[in-house]
Amino acid sequence: MADGAASRSDVILDVSGLKTVFRTRGGEVHAVNDVSFDLRPGELLGVVGESGSGKSVTMMSLLGLLPQPPAEIRAGTVMFGGQDLLKTPDRDLRHIRGARIGFVFQDPMTSLNPVFTVGYQLREPLRKHMGLRNKAAQDRACELLELVGIPDARRRLSDYPHQFSGGMRQRVMIAIALACDPQILIADEPTTALDVTIQAQILDLMAELRERLKMAVIWITHDLGVIAGIADRVLVMYGGQIVEQAPVHELFTEPKHPYTQALLTTIPHIRGARADKLTVIEGQPPILSAAPAACSFAARCPVAFARCQQENPPRFAVAPDHDAACFLLTEEPAHA
Amino acid sequence: MLTFTIRRLLTAVPTLLFISLVIFLLLELAPGDPMAQVPLTVPPEVKQRMREALGLGEPVPVRFYKWLVQMFWIEPKVFIDWMTRDSWLLGWLPDTALYSGEQRVISWQTRSPVMDIIVQRLPQTLWVVGMAYVIGVLIALPIGIISAYRQYSVFDQVGTFVSMIGFSIPPFFSGVVVIVIFSVQLGWFPSIYDTTHRVVDWETFKVQISQMVMPVMVLALQTTAQISRFMRASMLDNLGQDYVRTARAKGMRERTVVLIHVLRNSMIPVVTVIALGVPSIFGGAIITEQIFKVNGIGQLFITALKANDLPMVLTVAFIFAFLIVLFNLIADVLYGVLDPRIRYD
Ligand SMILES: Nc1ncnc2c1ncn2[C@@H]1O[C@H](COP(=O)(O)OP(=O)(O)OP(=O)(O)O)[C@@H](O)[C@H]1O
Ligand code: SF4
Ligand SMILES: [Mg+2]
Repeated sequence: MADGAASRSDVILDVSGLKTVFRTRGGEVHAVNDVSFDLRPGELLGVVGESGSGKSVTMMSLLGLLPQPPAEIRAGTVMFGGQDLLKTPDRDLRHIRGARIGFVFQDPMTSLNPVFTVGYQLREPLRKHMGLRNKAAQDRACELLELVGIPDARRRLSDYPHQFSGGMRQRVMIAIALACDPQILIADEPTTALDVTIQAQILDLMAELRERLKMAVIWITHDLGVIAGIADRVLVMYGGQIVEQAPVHELFTEPKHPYTQALLTTIPHIRGARADKLTVIEGQPPILSAAPAACSFAARCPVAFARCQQENPPRFAVAPDHDAACFLLTEEPAHA
Repeated sequence: MLTFTIRRLLTAVPTLLFISLVIFLLLELAPGDPMAQVPLTVPPEVKQRMREALGLGEPVPVRFYKWLVQMFWIEPKVFIDWMTRDSWLLGWLPDTALYSGEQRVISWQTRSPVMDIIVQRLPQTLWVVGMAYVIGVLIALPIGIISAYRQYSVFDQVGTFVSMIGFSIPPFFSGVVVIVIFSVQLGWFPSIYDTTHRVVDWETFKVQISQMVMPVMVLALQTTAQISRFMRASMLDNLGQDYVRTARAKGMRERTVVLIHVLRNSMIPVVTVIALGVPSIFGGAIITEQIFKVNGIGQLFITALKANDLPMVLTVAFIFAFLIVLFNLIADVLYGVLDPRIRYD
């Protein structure tokens, strides 16, 4: 189902057939439907999609970060380091979370615990995963704050989160995620809550750190402009599914999925301006109350045809590392 | 924080003076005569002289002033003398002799110093009502934590039901119910609290415990109901916060996440409520002590009211007011200590 282009040995994270459902009072919400992708060492994988397309839920499902209930992971495998994370008991998963896979969340204002000092929150993973204590932990914490560009690091360790600005807090979050030299960093819209200049600073910082620390990054955003600047490969999500996967250059020059094409027309052309106006695509996002039986984009697709209402298109490969879930790409298109 | 505390302490002084004036004037306005319980055979002139002996002949401002001096100057001296002489806390200090026989606040009913009577009665109240509060809080906290963490579980449902009972049934009713069940029907515990009972050995200790069980149970039920609900709500508030997810994403153990990250935040409002609730112990004592015949402050207050013993009523009411002001201050200070985002200065 996935592209199959990458050789399996060259993959550090391999997600296949992931299905996450929320059971709510109003019925089920099929937030993630049959999502498959992989991540290669040192690469930056961008994930784009409008609000509610299932980007966060997908990433949190990987590490068991969704409260269950209401969440329920119905199917799939997440292979990392030779084991399936979905079958790994929480006790063992805890040695992976924060140690081998770091997570940065969307909102820096609320993601740090307000009653503990930044130093305490930074030392916690160091103590747990690396066994660092006292002086050693303090030194490493200080080093991490310096790494993410916080001036006067040693003194700031004893400050509380409210004494930092939003951009500084996001740097602290990044420092926490990087604390134990993870192989993978998952950044869930780390710059959305920040203003444009701070956003640019964080992006530069990430580019530099990735170079320096040689880790793979999954960067979630709904800003295609950001993706263009930093990603190697991109996943486009829509209605809880991956509708297109492509190397970043191809995505912008040869988008195959009608949704991706629509997305690209919505980017403002001034570079650096915020491009979060994805909702200008006509129509509403799909209702996720059941697993899709038709193409989830059919209701908004300008080129939809009969078959789109009857089946959910699988992902068709069009080039190495490039595929899209649209019937227009079948060998024998149903219409001209 | 220190300047805040000092400022609050200073503003507490006029507040307390004002409160005592209001209590004084209210009692002044209240109908009733301290001579009402004196036999009718005593001639009116004698009663009049007795009134004057009590200081009742003097004008209101003078009497208020005298009470203030006695309460805030003479009684503290007596108290300090007692602390350095008899108490285990400061008894090792050289005895002070500040008090030199000035007129103290005297109970009209017993003719002995009001403070001495209060000090005698206080241990009973603290033992029964204070103990109930401590037990109530200690039970409430884990219940609140578990109910929130396992929201809608059987444990949570039972907890909700029991708290509803604790909330809706006042102690004067539940008190009678437990007396009927455990004393009258089952005969497990005595229905009257014997204040003269002294604990000297294991047997007498068991008797003491058995007579404390029912009043403590009744009061603790109320405290547990309130505090556990509060704890639960506060935990639920915090369990949904983003920082909880961050802690999990760092690989922290579930125990660390809940009992350190979430609990530390949830305790901020709960500690405040616990502190604010301490003075209500004494309010609760007024009724519960009547039911179980505990010879404490609450009962003292009721008997003094019935006998028109104004100095006693005034002093006890003032002590209640003082405790409320004090624990308000304590709650504010604790809030500032626990929450680094609060800056009072
Ligand atoms: N706890 C929950 N209970 C029910 N539904 C949920 C819950 N969390 C998420 N969802 C649903 O899952 C879907 C995907 O949400 P998700 O947060 O992954 O979107 P997203 O792509 O990250 O969007 P955004 O860009 O706004 O962060 C949404 O339709 C959302 O309503
Ligand atoms: S499958 Fe049909 S509806 Fe879906 S994107 Fe392609 S053309 Fe549009
Ligand atoms: Mg999201």
